[in-house]
Amino acid sequence: MSGTESIAFDTPRRERSADNFAMWVFIGSEAMLFGAIFLVFLVAHIDFGPAFAAASKHLSLPLGTFNTAVLITSSFTMALAHRLALQRRWRATVWALAATSALGTCFLVVKGIEYGKEIDEGLAPLLGLPFRYAGPDPTHAEFFFGLYFTMTSLHALHLIGGIVVIAGMVALWRSANPANRLRRVVAVGLYWHFVDIIWVFMFPVLYLINR
Amino acid sequence: MTNAAMQGTYLGEGSGPRAWLLTTDHKRVAWLYLVSLTAFFFLGGAMAVLMRIELATPAGDLVSDDVYNRLFSLHGIIMVWFFLVPSIPATLGNFLLPLMIGARDLAFPRLNLASWYVFIFGSLFALFSVVAGGVDTGWTFYTPLSTLYANGWVSTAAFGVFIVGFSTIMTGINFIVTVHTLRAPGLTWFRLPIFVWTLYATSLVMVLATPVLAASLILIVLERVFGIGIFNPDLGGDPLLFQHLFWFYSHPAVYIMILPGMGVVSEVLPCFSRRPLFGYKAVAMSSMAIAVFGFLVWGHHMFVSGQSAYAGVVFSFLSFCVAIPSAIKVFNWSLTLRKGEISFETPMLYALFFLALFTFGGLAGLFLASLAVDVHVHDTYFVVAHFHYIMVGGMVTAYMAGLHFWWPKMTGRMYSETAGRIAATATFVGFNLTFFPQFVLGFDGMPRRYHTYPPEFQFWNVLSSAGAVVLAIGYLMPLFYLGWSLFRGARATDNPWDATGLEWQTSSPPPPHNFETMPVVTRPAYAYDMKGLEHERFSPHREEAAR
Repeated sequence: MSGTESIAFDTPRRERSADNFAMWVFIGSEAMLFGAIFLVFLVAHIDFGPAFAAASKHLSLPLGTFNTAVLITSSFTMALAHRLALQRRWRATVWALAATSALGTCFLVVKGIEYGKEIDEGLAPLLGLPFRYAGPDPTHAEFFFGLYFTMTSLHALHLIGGIVVIAGMVALWRSANPANRLRRVVAVGLYWHFVDIIWVFMFPVLYLINR
Repeated sequence: MTNAAMQGTYLGEGSGPRAWLLTTDHKRVAWLYLVSLTAFFFLGGAMAVLMRIELATPAGDLVSDDVYNRLFSLHGIIMVWFFLVPSIPATLGNFLLPLMIGARDLAFPRLNLASWYVFIFGSLFALFSVVAGGVDTGWTFYTPLSTLYANGWVSTAAFGVFIVGFSTIMTGINFIVTVHTLRAPGLTWFRLPIFVWTLYATSLVMVLATPVLAASLILIVLERVFGIGIFNPDLGGDPLLFQHLFWFYSHPAVYIMILPGMGVVSEVLPCFSRRPLFGYKAVAMSSMAIAVFGFLVWGHHMFVSGQSAYAGVVFSFLSFCVAIPSAIKVFNWSLTLRKGEISFETPMLYALFFLALFTFGGLAGLFLASLAVDVHVHDTYFVVAHFHYIMVGGMVTAYMAGLHFWWPKMTGRMYSETAGRIAATATFVGFNLTFFPQFVLGFDGMPRRYHTYPPEFQFWNVLSSAGAVVLAIGYLMPLFYLGWSLFRGARATDNPWDATGLEWQTSSPPPPHNFETMPVVTRPAYAYDMKGLEHERFSPHREEAAR
């Protein structure tokens, strides 16, 4: 057909708007996934507020803050990639995409360091590791750390997905039809911003809410 | 099947495994799903047959309690997630949605094929857990049984269901975008066939509810594999939380399972009574209403789980509210029949049986929505009978109606009408004989999920087991006569039922890109009362019926 990827569409313009719409529907679906987990956290927080407040103070605020800044910067470079793609400045677009996935990787490395620190301190109630917690109400503090690891690792998995997709796009950049490039940048951009926004909610809920 | 007559149709585009397994044609993907779902249906059905044989006598003489637990768990897991949820959307919906709205394909053909592969990948996990030793948690994976006590392959089965969820979400997104962006010129929202409306409503539920199921299954797997105790009170968690999360998906999933069936019936009833669907807008909007209400009633599964009394009252009230759009549909279907020229071809028989069984099952649902009655019949065979009336009597009957209705379009062949009517009647008789006694058993207090029972329940159990045999015959018959028609059936005309709807205006089977010239729509759906339309041209089948 006339330059569309799916035979269903008559014009590339129509296909692009369908792509965009599909991404929004997908994000709605993802929002329900994280929504369920946030709801679990909320219910637990209502029940065990003081224990959660105390446990939350054991997370590393400097590393969390640094990571938040890294991720927001990555959203900025992603937005830049979108703008550059609209202007068909493809070389600059690739650099912006590469910067985005590099920042995403940086976030993961820092998160890994943070996990390592927490495991060393005995704050990771998983895989049968010893849980050594000195504060009040250790049972519910354990619940807090269980939720912390669940939520942040789910977010990290989404981030890894985004990084892989961007890396794939950059690798296949030369062979891709220029008409499809913009569509892909827009689609992956929406996803990236969504994963970023999830962190923007997760950071205050886990690190800040009780300070 | 590839012969001269199939040239120029989608079936003539190559017949090797490559041509099927790498296809992006929605019509072929529908066949991939149809074949895999049929296999799952009979696998799940075989487990049900074993259970019914066991229950023919009060003593546990055929299988041990452990095996029985695994049988009903896998029967539920397979039937719900590997048959009912994808059944109509992934097969008939996949085949018909683009045809009905005058599109060349779904919006994302490759995503569509990918959804089938994801489905198969997920189902391998489930099949592995069957072979490796089974699961004994029931299809609901309730905690703490599933996390702390069950010693079967819970993680594998749950992970399989989790993966199949992705396939569901992919289909849902594809359908929603397709309906929004690919309707033919002139096909406004209120000219869409009701089947499209119900697929749209179903897709919304799929996209918004499935991720919550995914979340709850991830948490189970995390607890079993990594020891993160979200649902474990010893570790500060809350087992009841699982039921909230699970039913937040699984109640809407009930509507994923029934809504497309309602859509099929809304196509079949007007066609075989030669009348426009009564109250089109009310039927369309009640589908959307069911999808919305479906999200607000999950607590009625937890009336006896220690949920607060206030919550119980609110959930009970909201559950009654679901009866309103459902009843609107039933009344509109019935009024469609009024003063119609009704003829009883196989699809119509199935559709009428749907109407009877769905109404019956729905009314039983009102008993269960009442708090006090539910305390009495909770976890008894009354509940089993209720949801089988909706899921099997309703959904599977509608699925059969649709399969027989569109079979000529899908294959270009007719099947034996006599065999079809016998199978439909056997299904109806067998179904009622199997499940009506279970209402009585449940009301008398026989609990579900036991492989033995006191001797006074035997009479009704024997009736139920006998019915299961008739039902099995009713379901096995189509396998043979439809299979036979695939190769030997008489050629179907383009519009054998003389139906309205865009799918009937293209050839049977349709060409690879559905329409030779892209259609333009100028009239409402179900224009059975309008004179001088193409659909009134010569049609051998109706001539024959008139004689």
